[in-house]
Amino acid sequence: MRHRRLPTGETRLPLPEPRLLPIVPALMTAQSASLAFPHRHLLGIEGLSPADITALLDRSETYIAHNRQADKKQSLLRGRTIINLFFESSTRTRTSFELAGKRLGGDVINMSAQWSSIKKGETLIDTAMTLNAMHPDVLIVRHPESGAVQLLSEKVDCAVINAGDGMHEHPTQALLDALTIRLRKGRLQGLLVAICGDVAHSRVARSNIQLLNTMGARVRVVAPRTLLPAEVERLGVEVFHDMAQGLKGVDIVMMLRLQLERMQGSFVPSLREYFRFFGLDSKKLEAAKPDALIMHPGPMNRGVEIDTEVADDIDRSVIRQQVEIGVAVRMACLEALGETPRNIAPAK
Amino acid sequence: MTRTLFTHARLLDPASRLDREGEILVSEGSIAAIGEQLPRDGAEIVDCGGHCLAPGLVDMRVQLREPGDEHQETMATAGAAAAAGGITTMVALPNTDPIIDEFALVEFVARRSRDIGLTRIRTYAAATKGLRGKELTEMGLLAGAGALGFTDGITAIADAVVMRRALAYATNFDLLVMQHPEEPRLAEGGAMTEGEIATRLGLPGINPAAEVMMIERDLRLVEITGGRYHAAHVSTAEAVEAIRRAKANGLRVTCDTAPPYFALNETAVGEYRTFAKVSPPLRSEEDRRAVVEGLRDGTIDAIASDHAPQDQESKRLPFPSAASGMVGLETLLPLALELHHSAGVPLLRVLAALSHRPAEILRLPAGKLAVGMPADFAIFDLDRPWRIDVNAFHSKCRNSPFDGRPTQGRVLRTIVAGRTIYADSGAAS
Repeated sequence: MRHRRLPTGETRLPLPEPRLLPIVPALMTAQSASLAFPHRHLLGIEGLSPADITALLDRSETYIAHNRQADKKQSLLRGRTIINLFFESSTRTRTSFELAGKRLGGDVINMSAQWSSIKKGETLIDTAMTLNAMHPDVLIVRHPESGAVQLLSEKVDCAVINAGDGMHEHPTQALLDALTIRLRKGRLQGLLVAICGDVAHSRVARSNIQLLNTMGARVRVVAPRTLLPAEVERLGVEVFHDMAQGLKGVDIVMMLRLQLERMQGSFVPSLREYFRFFGLDSKKLEAAKPDALIMHPGPMNRGVEIDTEVADDIDRSVIRQQVEIGVAVRMACLEALGETPRNIAPAK
Repeated sequence: MTRTLFTHARLLDPASRLDREGEILVSEGSIAAIGEQLPRDGAEIVDCGGHCLAPGLVDMRVQLREPGDEHQETMATAGAAAAAGGITTMVALPNTDPIIDEFALVEFVARRSRDIGLTRIRTYAAATKGLRGKELTEMGLLAGAGALGFTDGITAIADAVVMRRALAYATNFDLLVMQHPEEPRLAEGGAMTEGEIATRLGLPGINPAAEVMMIERDLRLVEITGGRYHAAHVSTAEAVEAIRRAKANGLRVTCDTAPPYFALNETAVGEYRTFAKVSPPLRSEEDRRAVVEGLRDGTIDAIASDHAPQDQESKRLPFPSAASGMVGLETLLPLALELHHSAGVPLLRVLAALSHRPAEILRLPAGKLAVGMPADFAIFDLDRPWRIDVNAFHSKCRNSPFDGRPTQGRVLRTIVAGRTIYADSGAAS
């Protein structure tokens, strides 16, 4: 039985120090210290302290090397049941969680919106109660409506990870983005990050804004006015409507996916107009720092929000590394929550 | 001949600005005398113990769910809830199933009200057939059957031509047209008021301008037609100001608000609390204060409960899918009294908004303590502290964001036509 550190006020760790890259993490061993994560669920970045985030990122880093080994199987979550419950279609996030769970030795089950009782009109809460009765240890939930994952978490005894709820949060994406940045830049604090595109409908943007602000980075959003939510500046971001100005001097360019159904005349007049003014190409990228990184949560619409030449720039685009790091981050999140004893008092 | 004498009461009559200790004699369901030391001769005595006796509340907008959704509320359960809330007359919206757009249904409501014998139930009729916003209903016939006004309920009359004709046609009979003032396209898909909190929660917002836009359009139509117009549940500073100006310009315009708009603001949504999802949505603190000021200066004529029972299945859903509305009959008086206790609004002004003004707008013989008026009273302890407890509600539904709220002022007894329809346990007898 491992001893866990209790959540107290003074466990706040210092912000990450700049490091040289690449980082060669120590291999995971059974003796490594337990991961301190004083939360029952991971519903969002909001509410996490810099220490919580740093602990998750540090642990994730160790899994990156682990995942490059031929033998990736661990037994940390042996006997634990993990359910991937996706009410919205997803391939990469679901697969990423599934791999993460299996590599830690857990039993992973996938359930999608095609699950018959959901199709038959069962309510979210009834689904939650049904699954809860099967004693899972972790539920990983994606849902098209904001707040749905929190609602579900209030009704179950196990830990819940938000894999994206509506336009609200997608915390594991923000964590993997942060680790990608930290590995390449050595730090988060003081970096200038531009988040570009459909911020209004993006849970990725909201989680990233929260995380980057928490960790001391400076955040800009660059988007046409129709794709920015009301009072977005109150989230602690600088707002730009022009790529040349918005990208000026930034360390990181984070592109967001533009949903195809939002492009034809409802939020922006056309694809070509959007690409002309807000799509990332090498010309617009000139405004950023020469060593600026290009990120995208995927799946990309090449030629809409990002030009192929830029997306595939091996020196600057870290889009594929994001996917690799995603599995490691999800392993750390599953470890943090999957190990939580089941008998702690349910959160309100 | 039944005679009842209410003694030792603090008589409060907003119409005559009366506020003094006295007695009130009721005979055959009507007020026979008001004064001090009235003759007893054989009357049943009700000692009010020094507590307030005011005209019974006239709640000008409730949803009763009968006919059609009796699992959520019936006229009988709503009647019991209203009685416990000091309400002696309530007026139902026509958004039932079937929709109240035929005079037989208006008569059905009247018959149910008589049969139940609690709070008097009246109804509006639909302004357009099937609430579809296209063809006008038979306003003359419906009014003849007892409809108190015309509205499309919880949907706006969006088409300017239809609204113009409704207002113009209603002037033939000098009838009231009540609007749900919200530009429907601008509000479409919205779950809460637009702003920082909606952005943080990732919820689609409704810009507060959706309200004032519709009111300003309607005010132009009132100018053209000379119609009698009422804006329901005003919730924004700009809407209050637009109505203030219209009144100063002499238009025949009135409006009301409901407790959520002066007792709560958007922060009540917290972490997706669906009980705080209402239509129009809870607004900013600035808007809330403007509503309080509108009530203080009389720009806002009335306070309605906006009673909207929703069962668990409608509320235990992700916020964007959850139904709008809260139950309000049993919390109307204490929440309105917060305006007096906490915001310093004169007591008679609060009571006017709860009884006298809505009765005037609806042309009901109610809302006054005067000889010859029906004996519809609310007797209440102005100061008694208590905590709102949804489990004690008489309504079938519990969807109130005010559960657990400490409040002040409690209904002791409710009287309709001289008959006690509700008495608090421990009330004066």
